[in-house]
Amino acid sequence: MDFLTILQILDSTVRLATPLLLACLAGLWSERAGIFDIGLEGKMLIAAFFAAAIAYTSGLVWVGLLAGIAASIVLALLHGLASITFRGNQLISGVAINFLAAGLAVVIAQTWFAQGGRTPQLSSDARFANIELPGAATRIRDIAQQGPLGQTYSELISGHSILVYLALACVPLTWWLLYRTRFGLRLRAVGENPAAVDTAGISVVGLRFAAVLIAGVLCGIAGAYLSTALSSGFVKDMSAGRGFIALAALIFAKWRPWYALSACLLFGFFDAVGNRYQNIQLGEFIVPVQFMQALPYILVVIVLAGLVGKAIPPRAGGEPYVKER
Amino acid sequence: MDKMPKWADVVLIPLISVILALLVSGLVVAIIGESPWRAMQVMVKGAFGSAYGWGYTLYYATNFIFTGLAVAVAFHARLFNIGGEGQAALGGLGVAVILLAVDWPHWTLALAAAMGFSMLFAATWAAIPAYLQAKRGSHIVITTIMFNYIASALLVYLLVNVLRVEGSMAPESASFAAATHLPSAADFAGGLGFRGSTPLNISIFLALIACVLVWLLIWRTRLGYEIRAFGHSETAAVYAGINPTKIIMITMLISGALAGMMAINVVMGEAERLVLDFVEGAGFVGIAVALMGRSHPVGVVLAALLFGALYQGGAELQFEMPAISREMIVVIQALVILFTGALDNMVRMPVQKLFLALKRRRDDAARPNPTE
Repeated sequence: MDFLTILQILDSTVRLATPLLLACLAGLWSERAGIFDIGLEGKMLIAAFFAAAIAYTSGLVWVGLLAGIAASIVLALLHGLASITFRGNQLISGVAINFLAAGLAVVIAQTWFAQGGRTPQLSSDARFANIELPGAATRIRDIAQQGPLGQTYSELISGHSILVYLALACVPLTWWLLYRTRFGLRLRAVGENPAAVDTAGISVVGLRFAAVLIAGVLCGIAGAYLSTALSSGFVKDMSAGRGFIALAALIFAKWRPWYALSACLLFGFFDAVGNRYQNIQLGEFIVPVQFMQALPYILVVIVLAGLVGKAIPPRAGGEPYVKER
Repeated sequence: MDKMPKWADVVLIPLISVILALLVSGLVVAIIGESPWRAMQVMVKGAFGSAYGWGYTLYYATNFIFTGLAVAVAFHARLFNIGGEGQAALGGLGVAVILLAVDWPHWTLALAAAMGFSMLFAATWAAIPAYLQAKRGSHIVITTIMFNYIASALLVYLLVNVLRVEGSMAPESASFAAATHLPSAADFAGGLGFRGSTPLNISIFLALIACVLVWLLIWRTRLGYEIRAFGHSETAAVYAGINPTKIIMITMLISGALAGMMAINVVMGEAERLVLDFVEGAGFVGIAVALMGRSHPVGVVLAALLFGALYQGGAELQFEMPAISREMIVVIQALVILFTGALDNMVRMPVQKLFLALKRRRDDAARPNPTE
């Protein structure tokens, strides 16, 4: 395996980690405020559909992105309504949202495009183009002739869609907002001890809705990335469990932004390796591709079992806040 | 004092929730430009209009009774088992293993063995998340979701690499021997018009027996009492000498075994071989069924029947009104889960207020007026 091959795998690692990262940060915001969110998958899926559908009809990818975010926010508000306003079960609400998105996306797609529940193929104008950073080589022949540094720059760092860079920028931004601002402090406090926050005269409901909304926006970007950058168009169930891998990454990262980045890159790497090699030969053993696909889930179970450190979720997570005890 | 009558809690609120879910579904159909009224007619006719329709409706309902009971039993211990999908898949594996490994002389023996193996495999799959919840405090919702994906990968691997018939491209096991064929509705109820092609088989009686057994377990045994006590308050249960580890483990083993029994209906009764993704979301429908049925076997049967009709009617809908995708039933399923589960308080609070107001008026009328 030469250096360029490794770079190519890492390059697709970054591409595949991006939707995971955005969804993982969405989950981080929501769960840090004490709202469990297993509806990441559904919000991504509905955003993927609306982003592709509107980008196709308008021909403008940015309008598609906004439509995707809007659709994701609607489901996020529904989750907020059920779990904050009506103090319902957050897990059940998440399950409902996943099915609602999976069903609605296909039903609407069938009505609008009549292509068996998918959107038409997007032309290159209606997709997010890859950004070539200045001085980067684009043709594979030119890249092969560069030195290791130039290859890294051209292959790995340059040539991603703007959403990839945006997702990466969201990591320090999330960290700064959560750990260095008053808003972040209050938001984290709401996830640990909402009664204390309430006593200080700050609205628990307001903070939780803010967190759920941020999660909606991030899931919206993640979904739009799936259908308008990673592939060109929406197909049924295209999120393919990424929302749950993101959830797994969130637990793996123990609800911290920088660790979330590493966890998502790791799971993206598994995905990239699984895509490139069907079965991996390790001496006598052959590692089947299905094992690589299941690896993120297996790792999370190991982490949850407490075999590698202990994952302690925010203390008030999953519990609706009742003001008058 | 401040409670509403029991019938309102058990019948009225679920009914209002389901009607709301169906109304919103109708709204969705109207928005996409089709007539909800006609769609409903097509679905009802498709599900109940013929012996063919009934066969499929009851066949699907059988699956949903098993998965619904699985979720319901876990709900009584306040455990949310989202892993029915994976547990049922493992149950199917158990059925296939034992039916292919032994040359069965008669279907009754084969059925007994297949039941044992489906429950054993599925319960084992549920046991790991249960153990992690009981001993390590790992959230069972997350671990069961993860186990669904691991089960799916495992089944793909086994079907492609181990169980696949040599020379065949399809990822499915060899067909089971003819001797293991379960009597279908055509055999035991041919007089009702069921043909040989109906998927309905004697598993439906197993499902109904399972309902009775679950009812006995939850409301008529000491173990059931302990499960319910644990579900109401873990601390109180511990104080009363109930062992939480034991309750979590047993409840999840029963829950997993029930989910696994679904494979008897599908793998042994219908497909007669192990195929990829035979569960087809039935594990998730179980969540909607248990929520709607208020975790009671009678409610589960009624809810399973409704979803069986939705699945069969939805298949017919696709032919009659091609503009409506079959995925519409997933939307209805989601709305039922939303209204009966997550938005329960939205319906409950106004109904409670109404009953309180009625009660107050009645009390006022009964009380002698002090000013007189």
